[in-house]
Amino acid sequence: MKPFPLVRILDRGAVVLLALLAAVAVAVPILNLAVPEDSAAHVSTYVVTLLGKYICYALLALSIDLIWGYAGILSLGHGAFFALGGYAMGMYLMRQIGTRGVYAHPMLPDFMVFLNWKELPLYWYGFDSFAYAAVMILLAPGLLAFVFGWFAFRSRVTGVYLSIITQAMTFALMLAFFRNDFGFGGNNGLTDFKDILGFNVQAEATRNALFVSSCIALALGFLLCRCIVTSKAGKVLVAVRDAESRTRFLGYRVEYYKLFVFVLSACMAGVAGALYVPQVGIINPGEFAPANSIEAVIWVAVGGRGTLYGAVIGGVLVNLSKTWLTGAAPEIWLYFLGALFVLVTLLLPKGIVGALSSMKPRPHGSPKRGPFLARLFPRRVL
Amino acid sequence: MNAAAARPPAIGAPGEARQPILYLDGVSVSFDGFKALDELSFYVDPGELRAIIGPNGAGKTTMMDVITGKTRPDTGKVFFKGSVDLTKLDEAEIANLGIGRKFQKPTVFESHTVFENLELALKCDRTVRASLLFRLCGEHRDKIDGVLETTALTHLCDAPAGSLSHGQKQWLEIGMLLIQDPDLLLVDEPAAGMTDAETAQTAALLREISKTHSLVVVEHDMEFVRALESKVTVLHEGSVLAEGSLEAVQQDERVIEVYLGR
Amino acid sequence: MRVIRDPLVALLCILGVFLAGVAPAAAGPYEDALAGFASDSFTDTGTAIDAVAASGHALAATVLGALQERRLHFSAASKKVYYTGNAETLHDAATGQAVAGERPADLAEVRLNNRLRRSVQAALGGLTLMSADPGARLNAAQAVFKSRDETLLPTLEQAIAKETDAAVRIALEQAWAAAALNREYAAAADMIAAIKVLRARGDQDVLAILGAVPADAVQPVRKAADDAIAAIKGELALWETAQNAWYGVSLGSVLLLAAIGLAITFGVMGVINMAHGEMVMLGAYTTFAVQEAIRTYNPALFAYSLAIALPLAFAVAGAVGIAIERGVIRFLYGRPLETLLATWGLSLILQQAVRSLFGPTNREVGSPAWMSGAFEIGHLTVTYNRLWIVVFALAVFALLLALLRYTRLGLEMRAVTQNRPMAAAMGIRTNRIDALTFGLGSGVAGIAGVALSQIDNVGPNLGQGYIIDSFMVVVFGGVGNLWGTLLGAFSLGIANKFLEPYAGAVLGKIAILVLIILFIQKRPRGLFALKGRAVES
Repeated sequence: MKPFPLVRILDRGAVVLLALLAAVAVAVPILNLAVPEDSAAHVSTYVVTLLGKYICYALLALSIDLIWGYAGILSLGHGAFFALGGYAMGMYLMRQIGTRGVYAHPMLPDFMVFLNWKELPLYWYGFDSFAYAAVMILLAPGLLAFVFGWFAFRSRVTGVYLSIITQAMTFALMLAFFRNDFGFGGNNGLTDFKDILGFNVQAEATRNALFVSSCIALALGFLLCRCIVTSKAGKVLVAVRDAESRTRFLGYRVEYYKLFVFVLSACMAGVAGALYVPQVGIINPGEFAPANSIEAVIWVAVGGRGTLYGAVIGGVLVNLSKTWLTGAAPEIWLYFLGALFVLVTLLLPKGIVGALSSMKPRPHGSPKRGPFLARLFPRRVL
Repeated sequence: MNAAAARPPAIGAPGEARQPILYLDGVSVSFDGFKALDELSFYVDPGELRAIIGPNGAGKTTMMDVITGKTRPDTGKVFFKGSVDLTKLDEAEIANLGIGRKFQKPTVFESHTVFENLELALKCDRTVRASLLFRLCGEHRDKIDGVLETTALTHLCDAPAGSLSHGQKQWLEIGMLLIQDPDLLLVDEPAAGMTDAETAQTAALLREISKTHSLVVVEHDMEFVRALESKVTVLHEGSVLAEGSLEAVQQDERVIEVYLGR
Repeated sequence: MRVIRDPLVALLCILGVFLAGVAPAAAGPYEDALAGFASDSFTDTGTAIDAVAASGHALAATVLGALQERRLHFSAASKKVYYTGNAETLHDAATGQAVAGERPADLAEVRLNNRLRRSVQAALGGLTLMSADPGARLNAAQAVFKSRDETLLPTLEQAIAKETDAAVRIALEQAWAAAALNREYAAAADMIAAIKVLRARGDQDVLAILGAVPADAVQPVRKAADDAIAAIKGELALWETAQNAWYGVSLGSVLLLAAIGLAITFGVMGVINMAHGEMVMLGAYTTFAVQEAIRTYNPALFAYSLAIALPLAFAVAGAVGIAIERGVIRFLYGRPLETLLATWGLSLILQQAVRSLFGPTNREVGSPAWMSGAFEIGHLTVTYNRLWIVVFALAVFALLLALLRYTRLGLEMRAVTQNRPMAAAMGIRTNRIDALTFGLGSGVAGIAGVALSQIDNVGPNLGQGYIIDSFMVVVFGGVGNLWGTLLGAFSLGIANKFLEPYAGAVLGKIAILVLIILFIQKRPRGLFALKGRAVES
């Protein structure tokens, strides 16, 4: 009767999503690199980069779904973790420029030379090494989430209060990063990247590699989330979401569970940001804007929260429509986005995934004791 | 803090110095000037089944909140098993010490199945790491099946808890208490909203449980309290008004005055 | 030549010929001095300035004034000096007569350096110290105070003796003191007297003057100066505190205005309205529209434009608020996180709507005359628009408090928010109350927009700038308590302004945000938190 763990983790939705992701990760680079440009099946490098961006957004959405859909923590500041990961990657890319900058300074990035700085600030040390940068990509958002979450969850700040202070957090960070003397390039941010791991970031092959890396990161993130939400810890998180104080009276340290997923989610958002930056070629303080974080929340809501793959679908779909609409009718986009917020919360509280699965008799999105088990023993109604 | 000095004198048979499992010592709580508990003191012996009754606003639920760490008292102490001061601990620590609580309004995890609710309540390591690595073994399963049987919920094992009837939720919550296997169970109005038959069954269930656990039951329903056949403590305006058997308490002049409002 | 018929006329003619012909030849000190301007040398110009001032000639002030305003010209060839008067006519500096015909070809401006500019100012000051116009005397005294020209001391003493106007007299005495301390070999008694006068004035300028008192001055003088400096510094610090406090109160009133509507919708109703900032924006745009209409149809009404805009802004924002409540929020009661997202969407729509209607750029909202200008209390500058906004914020607050406490609507609102089923059972139409409460909160945000249009840019993003601050104020003050909002607004405003001098505007704001985040964690329910069972969600 005991469901094998792998079966528990890989329910049908998960398998479909991973298969799709694998197919895209293989097909897109082939269509870009191997298919001649004049062929109808050719995928341009621009589209590869665009798709890579969507995948990064999907990873960000996934990280939000983990805490919002399962633990009931609505963070309006996840853009901050995304941006921190992005800045960590940006700092590595800046150090890779070396003497190819406008001022050709061997150590200092251009903006520091421009500001008349003589030495590299201490916190920029080490970023010439990719390994160090990779650690910081996880550590910077993780540490911020840990400190923030430690205070917030321990003093039981919940619900909208938590949402509002997460928004204030990303707002404060935005103001800080806009300052020149903060040492992150002020309002221009970090840009003009040349190399990543010795490969030219502009090159087609690198773009494809970044795209595939993003797909792999999303797949790994998704599997990690599945592992967590199908474990007993995942059940505790849902318990916290539905009845926090009841969970406490059962003896669970609710704040530790929240802290655990919050930090994990922040790290995932950081990875998403880190993969995003080399693909778009810039990171600036605008990424910290509260509006960005809220927009990411609506991706999850559109896809369907508490399902994980819903977040991925929402992240890709909303951004697809954004690309299309901002190109076709820019003034319509904000109306569309605004209407999306209103209509999804009013009419589709469970998102696209929820709406689709409620048409079927048995939602497969929320496996009870393993999907197969549930189908073997149909629910006996009272 | 000298906890020993605050302890009540040894009670029970001479020569058999038993520690009370729960001892409230002069506990006061006030909300914006309203005194919910006023120098409340009483104790519960190990293995005892105790019913606590009192009119609305007598402080019954606040008392539960203080014992389980939800509310910090302004003054006073609460001792568990003689030496542990509960007022210094938070909810999770108190729960892990072995105090289980059932709420007035049945609170179960509605989107989890009955089985998962019991799995979550199952007595085992509550840390994040342990939960991540937790594997349900046969022993756990047997325990859960046992409790499902006791609470007559076996056939609803895979139903979401949110779909249960009110009475079934109450029973599930009692089941969750049982599987938690605490030394002391605090049960807040278990019979509220139940049919007569369900009430009788619940009383029988609690009597059964009290054979192996210490139990404090807060209740309004006199028939239910009678069915518990236990010692009764009457609370009024945050302190103990009377204590003894139900019959003795019902004869008490002051109790009659409070209840009938003479 | 015409025949001369009258002896008197003849005499005048002779005199005129004499004046016209002889004067240049037998030049007085003024005419001699003028020549110094024509040599294009700073030294000569300096001498000329002093000489012209000393000559007491009627044209001296005109010429020096022209010099100051770079209207004094000279011709190097003819060694003559000219000034341009009104309408660019050229006048001979010696006679004041307009020059007819061709301008001299080599006309060049008399150049000045900073040192000379100061002496021109001082010289002018000296010349106008005796002017019949008290305003001119006051300006002259202030000019001397700045230039500290010790050569004017005798003039100043004369002027002080004659002066009848108290304010001018004080200014003259201060000018005298400043000049007296500048004298190389001043008597100690004079210096001490001067320090005393300056001590009474006690501002930054005085600190500079006293700081320049030589360190080797005689002991009593030095001591008097040091004492005065210490005392003035103390006073100035006090004034600076007062100025910061005023700025803080001013910012606090802005925060109060922005947050007070939110205190109703979020604090009293528990509805998270992320479109609250857009209600403020709607109010500001209503003001703009009203002013546009007035400019087009009846410019005379402009002074009343704000008064007209107030009820309209309340109506517009209130109506939009009620529409939002009926159309969206009422379906989301009890789901605060969803409400937050839906209202955020509404805020995006409202912003874009305003952008489509009024354009993406900031619109100009004018201030009526009674709101412009400033006055001073001691060393404290208070602008009228800030003052009126403080008054207005407090008035709105008092009105709202009274409305909640003393009206039927307020009673029903409080009843519904405290116990909805009970209120419904008492026959209160809770739906209607919900809509009205939300409309009230939004309407108040609208009138806040009228006030904020006076000090902020009116653009589609106006609301975004206030939303986070407003939530901070309400959360900090304690939800469900208007007094908490008042205290929260002013304490955050004042704290912000006191942090700014140390941390700068941006870091100060960051510091405040961090402090609030920490504060919320310490007291999750704000300063004035409700306790007890009612809090349990």
